[in-house]
Amino acid sequence: MNLEQLLSLDYPLTRLVIGLLCIFAFVGLNGLVLVWVERKVAGHCQLRPGPLHVGPHGLLQPLVDAVKLIGKQLVAPFGSDKALFWLAPLLAFAPVTVCMLPLPWGPDMAMIPMNTGLVLILAFSGLGVLSLILAGWGSNNKWGLLGAARSVAQSVAYEVPLLLSVMAVAITAGSLDLFQISAQQGGWPWQWYGVKNPLAFFIFLVCAVAETNRAPFDLPEAESELTAGFHTEYSGMGFGLFFLAEYANMIIVSGVAAALFLGGWQGPFLPGVWWFLVKIYCILFFIIWLRWTYPRVRFDQLLNLSWKWLTPLALLDLALAVIVAGFGG
Amino acid sequence: MSVSQLIEEAYTGLKSLVIGLGVTGKALTQPGVTVLYPMEEVERDNLVTYRGHVELIGKDEDPAVPRCVACGACVKACPSNCITILCPVAAKEGEEAGPVKMGPAPQKGSKTPGEFIVDFSLCSLCGQCAKTCPVDSLQFSDNPYMVSFDRKDFRIDLLARLRRMARDEAVAGE
Repeated sequence: MNLEQLLSLDYPLTRLVIGLLCIFAFVGLNGLVLVWVERKVAGHCQLRPGPLHVGPHGLLQPLVDAVKLIGKQLVAPFGSDKALFWLAPLLAFAPVTVCMLPLPWGPDMAMIPMNTGLVLILAFSGLGVLSLILAGWGSNNKWGLLGAARSVAQSVAYEVPLLLSVMAVAITAGSLDLFQISAQQGGWPWQWYGVKNPLAFFIFLVCAVAETNRAPFDLPEAESELTAGFHTEYSGMGFGLFFLAEYANMIIVSGVAAALFLGGWQGPFLPGVWWFLVKIYCILFFIIWLRWTYPRVRFDQLLNLSWKWLTPLALLDLALAVIVAGFGG
Repeated sequence: MSVSQLIEEAYTGLKSLVIGLGVTGKALTQPGVTVLYPMEEVERDNLVTYRGHVELIGKDEDPAVPRCVACGACVKACPSNCITILCPVAAKEGEEAGPVKMGPAPQKGSKTPGEFIVDFSLCSLCGQCAKTCPVDSLQFSDNPYMVSFDRKDFRIDLLARLRRMARDEAVAGE
């Protein structure tokens, strides 16, 4: 094999390395931007200005915060399981990179083209909860443990309706490939699955917020009751990685929602990747807006919502999708 | 619970969620209310209810002279002992008229304070002094920007302050 072959994008390893580099750059940059957006939205929702003094309109504030986080000493609590304690933040971040690979950024922009992208994302996003358990267990801390226990119950409860709502769309589209599902919708809102099947879209959004542990479903970290839940004992970049993983997970669920329900990269006038980014950021903004509007739900409310409302509704929606697809196809 | 009740519950729940989003959404588009001190200061209208350190109220006919009759009621009422009022001590009979001595109020024959000092570093802003004053000569000031590195700066000479404010007002009125 010569050098030319090795450096071409068709060579899988080269493609993977370049893809991962792009993902890391994108996730890192987005973390900074989203932290800023989050704090700005929080401020304006409460009639405050938000960060304002570091850089124009506080734009450089997250950068300064990141420098502070990186500069901090890494401390593991006395009596903690050191191996698990340091493995957890790495494990929280690792699935993110895999889940980013099959996202359809544009009609011909895939890190790695595959026909079961949806399955890959769903499988690896389930890994994220494992890191929360390890973090909570490894820190030897009662709040950490409680947060970990909550995160397990929550993720088990919400993965079911999430899978069902995704399945309804996959059956309608007849594919598990995010590219094909996007391609089957059109550029206009009435051609989107989110408009054709609003119930699935609604269920997916609620479950996505719950799966990413965002308010109002942020029970695993619940500041007011559990200090910081599973990441109580983490400081510096240990905390930073959890933080970055949370924002990266938000990007993934928004990306999947955009591809499944909002027509992916399709839209008039602009090239594909811009439409995909616009849709992702609209959903991200909505998730952030939710956080600064609603108070945290109680644990029984959280589980009731999933098992008594979302799961039956998702089953109903799935049955309808099957019937419609059966008659239509 | 019947199905219609369930649907009704879900409807009211969803409606309230949308209303909540509307509230924060409206706030998002409105300008903020934060005052960026020290680049900006709070408007006077918003300070009328502010409880700053106490200040003397001037007479209607002469705003530079306090209504105070130097009775010493406020000194007694103050739980933190932060008010000091000094009045000239009347010379005793047969005594030589030397330099004027100052003593704590009340003093016989003295109806105006010679000195009126508030130690703001002790004050707990309870308002007992203003409440007990028989001639309504004390009130809370509206100055939220009291900053100093020196404890002495919080011993406030209220008579000097009243004179200064009356002068400022007279200048502003012209």
